[in-house]
Amino acid sequence: MNHVDIQPRIPEPELMYSGHLACPGCGASLAMRYALKALGNNTMVIIPACCWSIIAGPFPYSALGVPIYHTAFETAAAVASGMKAALDQQGKSDVTVMAWAGDGGTYDIGFQALSGAAERNEDFLYVCYDNEAYMNTGIQRSSSTPFGAWTTTTPENHRKERPKKDIVGILAAHRIPYLATVSVAYPEDFIRKFQKARSIRGMKFIQILSPCPPGWKTADDQSIHISRLAVESRIFPLLEIEHGEKYTLNLEPEGISVRDYLEAQGRFRKLSEQDVAYIQNEVDRKWEMLKRQVS
Amino acid sequence: MKKVMMGNHAVSYGARLSRVDVIAAYPITPQTQIVEELSELCADGKLDAKFIKVESEHSAMASCMGASAAGGRAFTATSSQGLALMHELLHFSSGGRLPIVMANVNRALGPGWNIWTEQTDSLAQRDTGWLQFYCENNQEVLDTVIMSYKIAEQLSLPVMLVLDAFILSHTYEIVDIPEQEAIDGYLPPYKPEIKMDVDNPHAFGALVTPDHYYEIRYKLQETMDRAPEVARKAGEEYGKLVGRPYDIVEPYMLDDADVVIVAAGTLVSNSRAVINEYREKGIKVGLLKLRMFRPFPTKRVRELLAGKKKIAVIDRNISFGATGIFYQELKAALYGQNNGAGSPDIFGFIIGLGGRDVTLEDIAEIVDYTLEKEKNEEDIIWMGLKR
Ligand SMILES: Cc1ncc(C[n+]2csc(CCOP(=O)(O)OP(=O)(O)O)c2C)c(N)n1
Ligand code: SF4
Ligand SMILES: [Mg+2]
Repeated sequence: MNHVDIQPRIPEPELMYSGHLACPGCGASLAMRYALKALGNNTMVIIPACCWSIIAGPFPYSALGVPIYHTAFETAAAVASGMKAALDQQGKSDVTVMAWAGDGGTYDIGFQALSGAAERNEDFLYVCYDNEAYMNTGIQRSSSTPFGAWTTTTPENHRKERPKKDIVGILAAHRIPYLATVSVAYPEDFIRKFQKARSIRGMKFIQILSPCPPGWKTADDQSIHISRLAVESRIFPLLEIEHGEKYTLNLEPEGISVRDYLEAQGRFRKLSEQDVAYIQNEVDRKWEMLKRQVS
Repeated sequence: MKKVMMGNHAVSYGARLSRVDVIAAYPITPQTQIVEELSELCADGKLDAKFIKVESEHSAMASCMGASAAGGRAFTATSSQGLALMHELLHFSSGGRLPIVMANVNRALGPGWNIWTEQTDSLAQRDTGWLQFYCENNQEVLDTVIMSYKIAEQLSLPVMLVLDAFILSHTYEIVDIPEQEAIDGYLPPYKPEIKMDVDNPHAFGALVTPDHYYEIRYKLQETMDRAPEVARKAGEEYGKLVGRPYDIVEPYMLDDADVVIVAAGTLVSNSRAVINEYREKGIKVGLLKLRMFRPFPTKRVRELLAGKKKIAVIDRNISFGATGIFYQELKAALYGQNNGAGSPDIFGFIIGLGGRDVTLEDIAEIVDYTLEKEKNEEDIIWMGLKR
């Protein structure tokens, strides 16, 4: 390749301001910045209890240039349903309603409302920034916490033995029009998928793997690097699923060892050789399954 | 136009006349016909509203919150277990100053499963910041839905109206349906001062430090303090419109009464009938009907009950470990009036829990007990208890 593509693929306007309260290196804050760049200001954001309840800033401040509705932990999808309905009644169907929840608010306590909204095919975008634990309350396990990861409720001598819940598979089973995974290490892919989601009517679900330096026990300058390792090791495939059937793999990495991803994070410090081999095996197996679904 | 309808359909007609924008509800006995009728009205295009068939009462209230925050007129209806499930969001919706209106069909809570009438479900939500109105008949049910929006939207607070399971919800009565035009004049479209708006972005419900929270709560209480007058006026204005005025508390043969019954819901009708019988015998019994329970109409209750000697409060509810809830509230309102001099003796009767029939004879027994006893000796007088 001997030419440089100078098309600006990341929209310039900023709808997330400095002065927000995220920790340094927070993947969730970068994710919001990209999401709003993609969606623009004709957007309303619903935030249930999670780190983002804090990041967005205390009354009377707001870190976002779009309206925010802060709501109870388990209600993002139901509030979004109601908000969208009211906007439709007012002839404002062009507004993008985005529910923005953590993994706890998505996989666990908000799961029922999410499943209900997905089954009804409500016309909004549900985003889960997935940092694989309850970070707001001080790093407790969620059903998104991966096998073997340390959290305060899965201490090293009593670690999590169950795998991470397959939220993508579950949402795909609801046959919603659009489902995607994105990573802050791949901003062009990220922006494209959010823009695509905005253009589709019906329920959209986007999962963001969202590194959290204090929760994952990583240095705060490693979040992009770790995000990339997750994709390259095939732990976190970048994909799209339309109507629960049409699978697209957006990137087919050669597949580095999961060890590179795991060793970069203090939360996996106590994994044995056997554990790593088991995780590698699981990742390989799931990748093969995914490949079959794509073809 | 007059129509014979069950209480549940009176709720639906009230919501329709209020031109609600968004309805989110989940079925529960004995509320189901409210939901069924409204979803039919929406499907037939007779009501231009979005009906969200949510997967729980919790999501029903959450959807109403989202709709209301975006400037829509939101409605839901529930009962008992469903109301209890919503509890967290009752605080959230009032704290968010969202004028949602909800009908609650008074039903007992399990276990064991009991679908019959009792007031504990709604009264247990008294501290959530919702206004509460109790209805006596199906006409009042329909009218109260409409008045509720009038009141809620002036105060930016949610309103719950309550009707008794089966005794109203499933009983057919003649109900006068007001003209849509008249109601449109009474209840203009909802135009909130602030709402979720992409052209004027704000953060609603953000983290509040102790520096501000206290004052925000003070303002909620300040609004509650204004609610009785706003509700009284709303009832008066409605009366001028349709010929049926409503007040927040309504006296019946009260002025010269030696014994005053205080009750809410359909127990009021029973009491009226008994009072008529006693009056024929020359015994001076009167009644104070509590329409509004939250905020508690303390000022009006004090005025109307000033100088009364004996009051019989009828509670179809209980606060376990304490007493009947209306009894508690009434005692609190009247305590220490006139420096305690001549304050009335208040008798607290619990009756009809879990829908056990309350007959006219039962009410007569309550009156006789109160007439006979020199002083009240018990905090709970159990009526009809099989010991
Ligand atoms: C009903 C209820 N239970 C518990 C909490 C406490 N709580 C607030 S945020 C949170 C965890 C959030 O985890 P997640 O959704 O993963 O978001 P994160 O904090 O990791 O960003 C919990 C348990 C709450 N706010 N509401
Ligand atoms: S704890 Fe983690 S998710 Fe929460 S703000 Fe800090 S880095 Fe972000
Ligand atoms: Mg989390």
